Amino acid sequence: MHDFVYHRPQDLTSAANLISGNPEAKLLAGGMSLLPSLKLRLAQYSDLVDLKSVATLQGINRDGDALVIGATTRHAQVAASDDVKQAIPALTVLAGGIGDPLVRNRGTIGGSIANADPAADYPSAVLGLGATVITNRREISGDSFFTGLFETALKGGEIITAVRFPVPLLSGYMKLPHPASRFALTGVFVAQTRSGVRVAVTGAGSSVFRAAAAEKALTADFSPAALDDITVDPDGLTSDIHASAEYRAHAIIVLAKRAVASARPQ
Amino acid sequence: MPFVSMTVNGVRQEAEVEARTLLVQYLREHLRLTGTHVGCDTSQCGACTVHVDGVGIKSCTALAVEYDGATVTTIEGLQHGNELHPMQRAFHEEHGLQCGFCTPGMIMSAIDMVRRNGYDLDEPTIRKQLDGNICRCTGYHNIVRAIQAGANAMRPR
Repeated sequence: MHDFVYHRPQDLTSAANLISGNPEAKLLAGGMSLLPSLKLRLAQYSDLVDLKSVATLQGINRDGDALVIGATTRHAQVAASDDVKQAIPALTVLAGGIGDPLVRNRGTIGGSIANADPAADYPSAVLGLGATVITNRREISGDSFFTGLFETALKGGEIITAVRFPVPLLSGYMKLPHPASRFALTGVFVAQTRSGVRVAVTGAGSSVFRAAAAEKALTADFSPAALDDITVDPDGLTSDIHASAEYRAHAIIVLAKRAVASARPQ
Repeated sequence: MPFVSMTVNGVRQEAEVEARTLLVQYLREHLRLTGTHVGCDTSQCGACTVHVDGVGIKSCTALAVEYDGATVTTIEGLQHGNELHPMQRAFHEEHGLQCGFCTPGMIMSAIDMVRRNGYDLDEPTIRKQLDGNICRCTGYHNIVRAIQAGANAMRPR
C-alpha cells in the first residue's frame, strides 16, 4: 500500500472541506473494499478522510413511511435492528448475509453503495425499494444513482449522509452467494411498494438493474407461480469463471420466485 | 508520521506509525504480539481477528491509525494470570485445532460470536456464524464442539 495522509474529521463540514477540490482524496467508511484495493495497489490516494467520527452519519430511524439509515451504519447494526426487521425484513436478511460477521462489524451501507460493486447486495435494495440517497448537497433518486460498473451519480466532493427507504408492503431478498466472498453471484430484491412492484437484480450485470418482465408478471399476481413462464435474456449479462450468462439468467427467475415466497406473510 | 495511542491487552501503547500501517502489522511488528496471525491477508480467513472496543474485526484489513484511542484485545490478552479464558480452555479440552495456525482467530471470533448470539449456540448457528474463519486442516468438527462448550462456559455464574 502506498502511504497517504490520514484525516479523521469530527463533523460533515470538515469532511467535505477535506475532500472538495482534491481529486486525490478518498472517503473511508468501513474500508472493506477500499483497504483491500489499496493493499493490492489497485488504487492510490494522497489523503484518506475517515468518516468514522462523524456522529451524524450514524444510526437507524423510522420516519413515518420511511426507514432512514445513516451512511456509516454498519451491516451488523442493520442486521440486528428491530426497527429494520419490523419495517423491511428483507433488509435484515440482506444485511445479515453480506460477507461474514467480522466484515459486517465494519462494512457500512454508505460505503457499499458509493463503491457500487456490481455484485454488492445493498444496491439491489436501493433500486428494489425505490430508495433515495441523501448527500451533503442533494437527494438522488435510487433509480438514477447507479450509473455503471463501480460508477454512481455522486459528484466529486459529495458525501452520502443517509439512505431513505420507503417502507414497502412486502419485500424479499435472495442471492446465490459466492462460496468464498459471499458476494452475490446473482441476487434479487423484490418489493411490493405503494407505487408498484419492483424487482432489482445484482451480480448479473455491470450494475444493478430492474427486471421489467418479472415486475409486470408480479404486478398481475404477486406469487412465485406468476414467474413460471418468465425468462430473462442472457445477452449482456455477466459471464465469468463462476457462472455463465445463461446460468445467471436462469438464476434471476429462480431467486425472484424464492424472494417472492419469502416476502409473503407467513 | 501519525501518532497512535491505544490500549492493547490492558496496556497503553503509543507510537508513531506510517498512516498505511495495518493494525495487524502494528500488533505483530511494533508490539511483537505475534499471536495474531496473517493467513490470507485478504480478509477471507479470519486468522487475524482481534477485538476492538469489544467487537471482532479482521486486523489485516484495518489501519492502525483508525484505532487511535481504541481498546484492543488480542489472543495474548484473554487469559487472567495463569488462568485460560473459558474459550481457550474449551479449544484445549475439545482439541479444537490441528496445526493451530487459525486457532487465535477462531478463538477471538468465537468470543465475538457469543457477544452477538449468546451462550446457547447450536451447531448450525456456530457453523453459519463461523463463516469468516477458515481452517485449512478442515478440522471444523472439534472447533464447533469447542465453541459450543466455550460459549457455555462463558455464561456468568
